[in-house]
Amino acid sequence: MSRFTRFGNSLYTGELSYDIIGHRVRWYVIGAAIVLASILITVLRGGFTFGIEFSGGSEFRVSQPAVVSEQVAIETVQSETGFESNPRVSIVGGDSVRVQTEQLTDDQTTALRQDLADAYDVPIDQVTSSFIGATWGEDITRQALIGLFVFLVLVSIVMALYFRTWKMSLAALVALAHDLLITAGIYGVLGYEITPAAVIGFLTILGYSLYDTVVVFDKVRENTSQDGEESRRTFAESVNLAVNQTLVRSINTSVVAVLPVGSILFIGSLLLGAGTLRDIALALFIGMVAGTYSSVFIAAPLYVHLRENEPEKQKQGRKAKEARPTSGAVR
Amino acid sequence: MATSSVVAAARTRFIWLGVIFLLLIGGNALAVLQGTGSWVPKLALDLQGGTQIILAPQIAENQEVTDEQVAQAVSIIRQRVDAGGVAEAEVTTQGGSNIVVAIPGVPDAATLERIRSSAKLEFRAVLQTGPALAATVDGQPIFTEPREDTGVEPQNPSDLAWITPEIDQVFNTLSCEQLDDLGANIADPTKPLVTCSELGQSKYILGPVEVDGGTISDAISGLVAGPQGTVTTEWGVFLEFDGEGTAAFRTVTERLIGLQGVQNQFAIVLDGKVISAPRTLAAITDGNPQISGSFTQETASVLADQLKFGALPIGFEVQSSETITATLGLSQLQSGLLAGAIGLILVVLYSVMQYRMLGLVSVFSLLTAFTLSYFVITYLSNAQGYRLSLAGVAGLIVAIGITADSFIVFFERIKDELRDGRMLNSAISGAWKRAFRTILASDAVGFLAAAVLFILAVGNVRGFAFTLGITTIVDLIVVSLFTQPLMQLLGRTQFFASGNRWSGLDPRALGAVYRGRAQFRDPVNVDPTARKKSEREMKRRQTIAERKAEQEAALEGSK
Repeated sequence: MSRFTRFGNSLYTGELSYDIIGHRVRWYVIGAAIVLASILITVLRGGFTFGIEFSGGSEFRVSQPAVVSEQVAIETVQSETGFESNPRVSIVGGDSVRVQTEQLTDDQTTALRQDLADAYDVPIDQVTSSFIGATWGEDITRQALIGLFVFLVLVSIVMALYFRTWKMSLAALVALAHDLLITAGIYGVLGYEITPAAVIGFLTILGYSLYDTVVVFDKVRENTSQDGEESRRTFAESVNLAVNQTLVRSINTSVVAVLPVGSILFIGSLLLGAGTLRDIALALFIGMVAGTYSSVFIAAPLYVHLRENEPEKQKQGRKAKEARPTSGAVR
Repeated sequence: MATSSVVAAARTRFIWLGVIFLLLIGGNALAVLQGTGSWVPKLALDLQGGTQIILAPQIAENQEVTDEQVAQAVSIIRQRVDAGGVAEAEVTTQGGSNIVVAIPGVPDAATLERIRSSAKLEFRAVLQTGPALAATVDGQPIFTEPREDTGVEPQNPSDLAWITPEIDQVFNTLSCEQLDDLGANIADPTKPLVTCSELGQSKYILGPVEVDGGTISDAISGLVAGPQGTVTTEWGVFLEFDGEGTAAFRTVTERLIGLQGVQNQFAIVLDGKVISAPRTLAAITDGNPQISGSFTQETASVLADQLKFGALPIGFEVQSSETITATLGLSQLQSGLLAGAIGLILVVLYSVMQYRMLGLVSVFSLLTAFTLSYFVITYLSNAQGYRLSLAGVAGLIVAIGITADSFIVFFERIKDELRDGRMLNSAISGAWKRAFRTILASDAVGFLAAAVLFILAVGNVRGFAFTLGITTIVDLIVVSLFTQPLMQLLGRTQFFASGNRWSGLDPRALGAVYRGRAQFRDPVNVDPTARKKSEREMKRRQTIAERKAEQEAALEGSK
């Protein structure tokens, strides 16, 4: 019998119980501290770095050059476009060089492509050029924001209908905000470029974070809906038991969800460098870990916070406490 | 409960799953037999290499692009690309008004030009010409006395009354270098136009459009004939108008021939710029004019193609153009597949470690989900022209985890039921009812996210949202038509029912018999709500003494 199963059993029966709800201030502080830190560091670093898709510009990619050097590219670009030009050069996936410049004209692009091919000693078809107009990023940003808004409205309605209380929706949305801020914060803190692929990641976090919270809340709802006034447990204790009972499930689902994302992240950064795979996976990875934390440690305690002052919930469990005196003399 | 009904229910579910598979495979086989389909999904450019150009419409502030205009533009661009000899190019719309052109390989400048310029050809009468620069002295614009507003309605398109004080003002201050900001290519055809020659050497005030490119029935490029019928080295485009165009062209030339000075010229305007403004020497009655200007062989042939297939209803500018080499595409595909394989193996290992034989159930369920997703994507690729992109592959890999999640939710539920002391078969049935609710709720949230992303998103995001949405539905199908009946059947086998320690469902391991406390073993096969009721009842009976104590305490308190 595995140790993890025994752990699950003890959590289920309540024999082993982590007082998650009771220490909620601690969890709030941890969550808030990470969120604040990611905002602060991002602001101190001068905000997010946006990818070329958002600022507009030209990009060249040299595959399998004779020498993998950044300096060659910088010199080539400067001799073509003038010395004020400050190209961003990076080596991606170990064997190709990515050069990003400000927006070039068609003639400059053609010339620079040839120059880069000469400088790196590769045939010209191994140098690709891309061009992104500045409005492209604006389009994506606008659509992403509309998407975010529409999704939040829809999902609040769905959750309010499903759980029949807006307080669960609110708690879940706070947890969601926590996850999104931390995920975006990682990009700000590490100075990684925000690309459309990263934005995909952020938007997917929306779905995943709520998915995770729904699983926890489903159990909470099941446990607390059977509690009447005669329940032996207070509302907070009841939620705490639900969270403990679902802890093994939370851990397992999170591990299983994070494993494939982790493998994309690993393969993406190792083999391809900066690019679609790494950007999606990094955002998802951080978001999923934060999402697991927030479902258990933020959403559930917050839900208790929101409901425990309701008169009905305050009564719950009181009888059990009062009934505990040992002097049960019969009249 | 009749055992046969469980088996029958399971069989029904399996049959439904089989029907879904058969329909997908059959639809696919049909497409393959007709030669239009394949057993492998088509790949997007970032996986097979090529160039993707995104064109955004150029419109004035208050203008709207209609779906009709976009659809028309797509079909014209498609014809132009095909005429350029590019095989397998794809022209699609994105985000409502953007047009995406995907071309294998790297297109040359001429192909790009052929695709993107709107080729709106217009014939307008010339009203006034001038040098290209704004009238200035020492960099300060000269304020010439504005022409007085005569208030006279123009009689014909050559009437100088078109030049109102505002138009005159625009003309005087125009410098041809800023022409692009003026939006000449989105000008109103019923109003006069202030613009420059294509090379920016001179500027013009032109009357309203008299003949437009839509009346051209054919266009070819060739060398222009000289005055005595000799062949020159100058390239031009030869036009052939339809009946309407011929008549309109004749009216213009007949009027212009009687006019003096610049008013004798008519301007050939392409995308808002004057390509040439020849003098009218004779009335052209046969509807076959030629355009010459500063063409090369290539630009003449491109323009002829554009005119033949018609002008785009709206102008477009290149918003982004991205080229990916076939090598990079292949390495992206390989990395994606490798990441997927590693992810799958890790999930399988973890499942087996955590759930023993149950882990294998989840492995087979995952494989079923994978096969189903593969056929759905291949089918959509054949039927709808869907192409799998790198972001789409990422969506599929991410879905492995989310699909496995629902099996875990189900398994943990079964364990919970066993811990409550139920027999395996009833535990599975009870667990399914509750787990399905959770799975349904969470899949609904996931699907909602994917759908919103798909409808609103542009670019890469769609490919990702698409596969994520599909796998959410596949997950629901597989968990209810495969995992659930499989568990029902396995629950009846000796291996699982006896709680073999490798089954992952050993009641002893789950602590079911060690339940201490004042709990009674629950009768099996009892409706969960009924069981809850009796539990509550039981609690009440046990605590009679306590209740009395409580009442006493309450009395004491009130005194």
